[in-house]
Amino acid sequence: MAEVKQRDGVQIDLISGERMDGLASMEKIRVILDGVREGNIVILEEGLSPDEESKLIEVTMSEISPDEFNGIEIETYPQSGGSDSGLFNRLMGKNSPKKLTVIGPANRIETLHKDETLIQTLVSRT
Amino acid sequence: MGLLTNLRSSISRAASTLFSDEEPKRIGIYGPPNAGKTTLSNRIVRDWTEHGDVVGPESHIPHETRRARRKENIEIERDGKTVTIDVVDTPGVTTKVDYTEFLEHDIEKDEAVRRSREATEGVAEAMHWLREDVDGVIYVLDSSTDPFTQVNTMLIGIIESQELPVLILANKIDLEESSVQRIRNAFPQHETIPLSALEGDNMDEVYDKIAEYFG
Ligand SMILES: Nc1nc2c(ncn2[C@@H]2O[C@H](COP(=O)(O)OP(=O)(O)OP(=O)(O)O)[C@@H](O)[C@H]2O)c(=O)[nH]1
Ligand SMILES: [Mg+2]
Repeated sequence: MAEVKQRDGVQIDLISGERMDGLASMEKIRVILDGVREGNIVILEEGLSPDEESKLIEVTMSEISPDEFNGIEIETYPQSGGSDSGLFNRLMGKNSPKKLTVIGPANRIETLHKDETLIQTLVSRT
Repeated sequence: MGLLTNLRSSISRAASTLFSDEEPKRIGIYGPPNAGKTTLSNRIVRDWTEHGDVVGPESHIPHETRRARRKENIEIERDGKTVTIDVVDTPGVTTKVDYTEFLEHDIEKDEAVRRSREATEGVAEAMHWLREDVDGVIYVLDSSTDPFTQVNTMLIGIIESQELPVLILANKIDLEESSVQRIRNAFPQHETIPLSALEGDNMDEVYDKIAEYFG
């Protein structure tokens, strides 16, 4: 990804589903964590599968280090309808409906409000 | 020839029923930090084993459990039948660990850093167990807190995608702010059982459901 030198602001990486589709699970996780560890907010158009989310948590944990990286904040819209969509997607051979996902460094991003249709986050500069 | 084949198949059938009877289901106790997972695990062990030594320490400090711990061969009796399970108490799952939060609990910096390191390893381990090593999940939530969190949504999604049987427990119903309905609304696709692991309230129904789901 093009390296933009950090100026006085917050960089947001908006990553299309198309771009992520071409990557293996661990590559996706690397793209996310590399961005977040540089202080960026990463927004995925289509989110991750449950298995990838599980690995994201695991890899995040292995990279946490005191005074350097505290982990991530991650938000997606809660799935309404529960198993209905789950069953449908399982039948279609997919584990998860595609959902916009916001990921950022835990010490810089704070969720103010979230419901089925809206996610409000506060991003601080340092 | 025919006799030998018959014999073989009947032996393998006998072996497979033997195995399915004897191998206890491994039930992972999952949920966010401080939900009461260890308190529940300890109660199950005390109620159904003779020595009843505890699974691990319970504490109001988050990340008290920092290693997944297994207690084997717990025999739960329901309606004259015995259900044998292994209980795996896991560290509370989170996406962030900040050692400075331990400092607020009067823990020295060195110890706080050590605890946070152990906590991160423990959560990674718990995720690994979930993907590879458990046959069913008891998901424990503190019913006095908001269940609509990202960690809960993700974990339930991960459990569903593995197609593991899951029982949701609404713990801490002894607290005034407890709301079981809020949990039912958050996860309408699953059955939610209220309880107080601390006081021992409604444990009969919990054991009924454990036998029904994991027996
Ligand atoms: N009021 C009340 N408190 C409870 C109940 N169950 C557990 N607690 C308390 O909640 C706190 C956390 O309990 P634990 O069992 O250590 O929680 P945990 O989920 O194992 O926490 P971690 O290991 O840190 O993830 C302790 O102070 C317990 O005494 C309950 O049913 N009612
Ligand atoms: Mg515990």
